[in-house]
Amino acid sequence: MRVHARWAAVVLGLSVMLAGSFGAAGQSLAQSYESAVAKFAGDSYNDTDAAISGVAASGNPRAAALIEALQDGRLLFSEDKRVYLRDRGGKLLEASSGEPADAATLPALKPVRINNRIRRSIEAALGGLSLLAAEPAKRLEAAQAVFKSKDGKALPALETAIGKESDGNIKRALEEARAAVLLSQSEAKEGDKLEAVSIIRRRGDQDARGLLAGLPGEQPDTVRRAVADAIGDIDNRLAAWNVVQNLCYGLSLGSVLLLAAIGLAITFGVMGVINMAHGEMVMLGAYTTFLVQEVIRGSAPALFDYSLAIAIPLAFLVAALIGIAIERGVIRFLYGRPLETLLATWGISLILQQAVRTGFGPSNREVGAPHFMAGAFELGGLTITWNRLWIIVFAGIIFVVLLAALRFTTLGLHMRAVTQNRRMSSAMAIPTGRIDALTFALGSGIAGLAGVALSQIDNVSPNLGQGYIIDSFLVVVFGGVGNLWGTLVGAMSLGVANKFLEPYAGAVLGKILLLVLVILFIQKRPRGLFALKGRAVEA
Amino acid sequence: MKRTILRTAMAASVAAVASLPLALSASAQDTIKVGILHSLSGTMAISETTLKDVMLMLIEEQNKKGGLLGKKLEAVVVDPASNWPLFAEKARELISKEKVASVFGCWTSVSRKSVLPVFKELNSILFYPVQYEGEESERNVFYTGAAPNQQAIPAVDYLMKEEQVKRWVLAGTDYVYPRTTNKILEAYLKAKGVKAEDIMINYTPFGHSDWQTIVADIKKFGSAGRKTAVVSTINGDANVPFYKELGNQGIAAKDIPVVAFSVGEEELAGVDTKPLVGHLAAWNYFESIKDSKNDEFIAKWKAFTKNPKRVSNDPMEAHVIGFNMWVKAVEKVKSTDPDKVIDALPGIEAPNLTGGISKMLPNHHITKPVFIGEIKGDGQFDVVWKTDGLVPGDAWSKELEGSKDLVADWVDKKCGNFNTKTNKCGS
Repeated sequence: MRVHARWAAVVLGLSVMLAGSFGAAGQSLAQSYESAVAKFAGDSYNDTDAAISGVAASGNPRAAALIEALQDGRLLFSEDKRVYLRDRGGKLLEASSGEPADAATLPALKPVRINNRIRRSIEAALGGLSLLAAEPAKRLEAAQAVFKSKDGKALPALETAIGKESDGNIKRALEEARAAVLLSQSEAKEGDKLEAVSIIRRRGDQDARGLLAGLPGEQPDTVRRAVADAIGDIDNRLAAWNVVQNLCYGLSLGSVLLLAAIGLAITFGVMGVINMAHGEMVMLGAYTTFLVQEVIRGSAPALFDYSLAIAIPLAFLVAALIGIAIERGVIRFLYGRPLETLLATWGISLILQQAVRTGFGPSNREVGAPHFMAGAFELGGLTITWNRLWIIVFAGIIFVVLLAALRFTTLGLHMRAVTQNRRMSSAMAIPTGRIDALTFALGSGIAGLAGVALSQIDNVSPNLGQGYIIDSFLVVVFGGVGNLWGTLVGAMSLGVANKFLEPYAGAVLGKILLLVLVILFIQKRPRGLFALKGRAVEA
Repeated sequence: MKRTILRTAMAASVAAVASLPLALSASAQDTIKVGILHSLSGTMAISETTLKDVMLMLIEEQNKKGGLLGKKLEAVVVDPASNWPLFAEKARELISKEKVASVFGCWTSVSRKSVLPVFKELNSILFYPVQYEGEESERNVFYTGAAPNQQAIPAVDYLMKEEQVKRWVLAGTDYVYPRTTNKILEAYLKAKGVKAEDIMINYTPFGHSDWQTIVADIKKFGSAGRKTAVVSTINGDANVPFYKELGNQGIAAKDIPVVAFSVGEEELAGVDTKPLVGHLAAWNYFESIKDSKNDEFIAKWKAFTKNPKRVSNDPMEAHVIGFNMWVKAVEKVKSTDPDKVIDALPGIEAPNLTGGISKMLPNHHITKPVFIGEIKGDGQFDVVWKTDGLVPGDAWSKELEGSKDLVADWVDKKCGNFNTKTNKCGS
């Protein structure tokens, strides 16, 4: 009921503004604006809600700015119940008059509190107020807000806006908003409603489905049939997109698995070292990212968007150096004794975890997302988040670079030679000890790189690595030990299979099913997807 | 197996023989030992280390006030390393070897279940500070965290009334606390007329990090045209990726609010909370609550940890209340003897940090206020709703068959699961 009154007032306000008749009506509206603004000092959600409708209805040109300030927490009130507004530049203004105020002379100011109900009121009010805004982005937002609030009293303003709109996208959004409004009105004409259903049907996403499914019961038969048809159609379309979505999510999960496993594919796959501390290398990479961001936050905030780019080489170096230390200090004495290696590296993993826990504290550390990695974009019926997309790209780049390094560099040649026949390589004057250390460093360094990426999607805590170690071994063993392509195909197929199982079996059962499948597969092909052939296998 | 029993028996008899002179020398030493049983390493260290610190602070403070019964308190810290069987071993070590007067500890329900037999056998006292699934009341345990009716049920009521929620996603980590809580909530929602098709229940493994599918499912579930909310019993570590995915997929609190029972100030410390503003949490304490007791506590806590950014949270407050209650009970009976203290504790009152006085009930749970807070941009919570007074904790849920007839009463009935239908102790 209150909502209706608000919209009535908004439309009234708009028409008054449009007509430009700021006479006596303007006078009383100014008073209503002031009395509405005063309610913000009430410090109760009900008062704030009433104030929003009052301000939105007042038709005052400062109304939109005031409500935006409320949304951003820039609307303040003092002990003596006066309301102030801090504008985007940080200047303090008297809210009702718009006159500058001197912060120094005022008592302590508190921001006007908002909760979810108030946020919805703000959204609806701003939607109504900015349908005719100058900036296209605001008009689009306003149209979407009306689509959600779907209140009948916005209709005249919508019609005006549709008539004036030149931007195709915004016009469509406005028309969809009008359709949403028409459908939820019982008094709208049947023909209009049918047209509205077809507009919503064309939109065809989850919001459209939600709107149609949530329509009030009393509709003419034709409309009801059209709505049922449209829902069926949207469901079909969404089901098709669902398959694409599972595939995308699977690739994304696969790329995370690939990142975590590819370093292991070198140390375990190529060198045959069971490195239980692999996960901790990933964790060290993530903590390096955290440190880089701390330094940037403290000394050069402008560089924040580049923090990951700076962290990438550093994380590689940190993890690689620790990898060398582990190899030279422990693992080289244990070559050819896999069980002892397993225990020793497991011990190292515990030591590293506890060292980080002591140094950085047990709680999670915040690693921020650079600007370009936040949020998501819509592609047809899909929501793809930027951070996941970048991780897929990053994993791809690492894979290609690593493959090239093994194929085309001298170090890569030596590595392959040592793996295939250690004694012959030694006889050919290849320093096998140094190559071992460098190979281990490369594998660890790549785990460090994975840490940079994983810091964007997971906890940066001392336990970060533990969650990935089992999955990494699974990928390497499934893909075929000693083969990078096997790791790629293994990671991607496990990721995609997981995501197709998850919606039906749930996350817990899905994972169990996947493990069962892998066990069965390994029974059939003990050497994984891409088994190495020839003499190298026996070495 | 047999050998363990033998060893335990031997240890027990040795302890029994040794206890006489030890008890004498203990009074000569003039200290009362307090056991702290929280994981300082392993997965749970993230949450439990803080509780160890808060206990050390409380003990130091009590000693500055002159100790207890004229003796100094001495903290005995052990590290059960997030390893459930080790909890039982360390509890035994604290009670038998260190002779502690009482133990403050445990976080997960499985660790509490693991130490229960030890506390019963050796007759000692455990203060358990974490919100849990209920359905338990033991003579040797005092539950200072919230029972489901002090957290989950009020949160659901809030969503129903204030947010007009009609469809419910119950998402949790796959273990005993979320499963029991969700069972209680499902029964409660159905009793309120919510249809089975409007409830979606989803469990994920510990440390789950790929939330894409589940968040997309929640979005889909929310597109049925009726207001949807998520009730989250997702545990600790898995929350950060969950909230990151929510933020990235653009699920705003004003469309689909998420109310969490395991997310507090500490958990949010690792997340950029700007995309999460407006999502909810239900607790009995928030750091942001303005109260002179709370301000004083926060100032002391920051000084003690020498970290001005250190946050405080709900289980910490539970330890503060529990510790003060224990101190009062010991002072009342002028002894640390477990039997006397256990009998003295029900009825003891201690101020909580949000302006109320909590009371220990005969069922070994306490009265607490319930707050609903919205996440703010700075990682703190803004309280948007609270109960009128303090809510007494129910050991046995009124929503579940088989549990609604049970009451726990250690004062009159001397029973943790008294069946009011059959008038017998034991279900």
